[in-house]
Amino acid sequence: MARRLTLWRWVVLGLAALYFLVPLGASVVFTVDVPGHGITFDAYSKILSTEGFVSSLLLSLELAVTTIAVVLLLMVPAAVALRLGAPRLRPVVEVVCSLPLVVPPIAFVAGIVSVLKWGPEHLSRTPLFQTFVAIQDPDFPVVLVLAYVVMALPFVYRALDAGLRAIDVRTLVEAARSCGASLPQALVRAVLPNLRGALLNAAFLTLALVLGEFTVAQLLGFCPFAVWIYNIGGSQAQMSVAVSVLSLLVTWALLLALAGAGGGRSRTAPPRG
Amino acid sequence: MTHTMTATTLEKAVSEQAATVEFRSLRREFGSTVALDGLDLTVRPGEFLALLGPSGCGKTTALRMLAGFEHPDSGAVLVDGEDVTHVPAHRRDAGMVFQSYSLFPHLNAVDNVAFGLRMRKVRTAERRSRAAELLELVGLGDKAERYPHQLSGGQQQRIALARALALRPRVLLLDEPLSALDAKVRLSLREEIRRLQQELGITTLFVTHDQEEALSVADRVAVMRAGRLEQCAGPAELYGRPATAFVAEFVGTMSRIPGELEDGTVQVLGQRLPADGEVPDGAVDVLVRPEAVRVHADEQGSARVVATAFLGAVVRVTVRLADGTEAKADLPAHEAAGLGAGSPVGVSLPERAVLVAERIQK
Repeated sequence: MARRLTLWRWVVLGLAALYFLVPLGASVVFTVDVPGHGITFDAYSKILSTEGFVSSLLLSLELAVTTIAVVLLLMVPAAVALRLGAPRLRPVVEVVCSLPLVVPPIAFVAGIVSVLKWGPEHLSRTPLFQTFVAIQDPDFPVVLVLAYVVMALPFVYRALDAGLRAIDVRTLVEAARSCGASLPQALVRAVLPNLRGALLNAAFLTLALVLGEFTVAQLLGFCPFAVWIYNIGGSQAQMSVAVSVLSLLVTWALLLALAGAGGGRSRTAPPRG
Repeated sequence: MTHTMTATTLEKAVSEQAATVEFRSLRREFGSTVALDGLDLTVRPGEFLALLGPSGCGKTTALRMLAGFEHPDSGAVLVDGEDVTHVPAHRRDAGMVFQSYSLFPHLNAVDNVAFGLRMRKVRTAERRSRAAELLELVGLGDKAERYPHQLSGGQQQRIALARALALRPRVLLLDEPLSALDAKVRLSLREEIRRLQQELGITTLFVTHDQEEALSVADRVAVMRAGRLEQCAGPAELYGRPATAFVAEFVGTMSRIPGELEDGTVQVLGQRLPADGEVPDGAVDVLVRPEAVRVHADEQGSARVVATAFLGAVVRVTVRLADGTEAKADLPAHEAAGLGAGSPVGVSLPERAVLVAERIQK
């Protein structure tokens, strides 16, 4: 029985590996094996010197960091307060946070576009006009951050909820308070450190989401990394694939760095003995 | 595991300032349920007082009010005569041990104990040495670097106890600290808690629903029911002279035997005995402890043995009386040898006053 199980495991692992690794391998081969020239890394060396690579990558990273910061600042206090003060509101928040999953990005961005068009027309004589201009600054489009915060809500809420479920928030807060900690101190010193795993997961998912997001950025006319890759692809097929491979590596490296920053013993739920 | 617990001179300092705790007509409602219905109770300095009662009787609410986690609708909580009802929890000067494991999972044992000292901004070296001292006190000096998930339930509760004592609180609050532990650990830990409490001389409130636990460790036991105090007395008095039928039946085992009350004496099992308890004359129930009921084999006896349970030194015999009521009796093992289920027996009571209560219709 056990042996057949292991066999099955290997079969499943093999199939999964084929599914993921074959396209990856094919991409790599496509970028380095130029017909008539043999193996060459030209496609990769050209990336750095191509117009827009560094700026679009930096823009994506800035957007990711800002989105992570905003969404965590918004959701961590909300989730903790929900646990401590208003457990009955949980279903409501859960539904609200899941809505972005239901609304397709294309509908979402269509809504944003119409607001962005309508706003300046009607508000042209008010100071809000400047706000509309400012959030669409191509150097740092705040409107994208706002959109990404909404799109990251379901993932962040779920990650935090799982983390909070694994600890007894109320008892930890009360224990800290009976040790002389004020409520803010109790939250920062006793609850947050035990949510490290959950915070990391939330940051992870948000980072991956922002780095790979295309629809909203493209339709709003901004040029972060994903859009830049797409634009390059139109003119230089080989290089666009090379960039995709590179972006995969970059994303991996960033996720690894994030995991490293979280520390070696990041556990959401330490086993209780 | 044996632990030698010696209170250092540092710890002795606590006993000099042992506090009095007073609950004054505390009242608290949660929606439609009344958790506390005018609770009055005074805990003497250095006393170990157990709050005992069935679940929902308000004992935990009372303790949490002293800790500052609940606030009364009316009434006051006083510590050393000073009204602390509106003092926030973190300034209450009360150490608390919780029912569930409440150690901070991200901190090791010594940092858990030192948590309160860190909140009070005590210097690192000083708080580590004090925390190490407290770990010694609860017999876990060698586990300082362990994380909570690496410790057993009993060890975690010891560390929680050390953490509760770290700030030299004026009162120690124990909220069913043993209920999550297995029987053996529970027994040894409760003895240690008692010894530690006596050495430190700290005023202690101990919430439990286990009457054996309460009777074995506390100086006095306060039995609560439906948000009110039923009786507060020493364990021996509580067991021997329960003030009400509720206390009598909640503390220890009691059998109800029907009797007839007349002029302060009660006719029961063919005997006439002096009666305790304020009940009008007429049909009553006589409350008797199993150790006070005598059972002897008797071919003419109208009672029958229903079941026997071997408890070690004694055998608990359940007999059905002629009128169908069941009574429990504890007999020495050798006397119970011949009494199998179905044996005819005679039942009698010793010639002394018995507690009577109003008849409960069954």
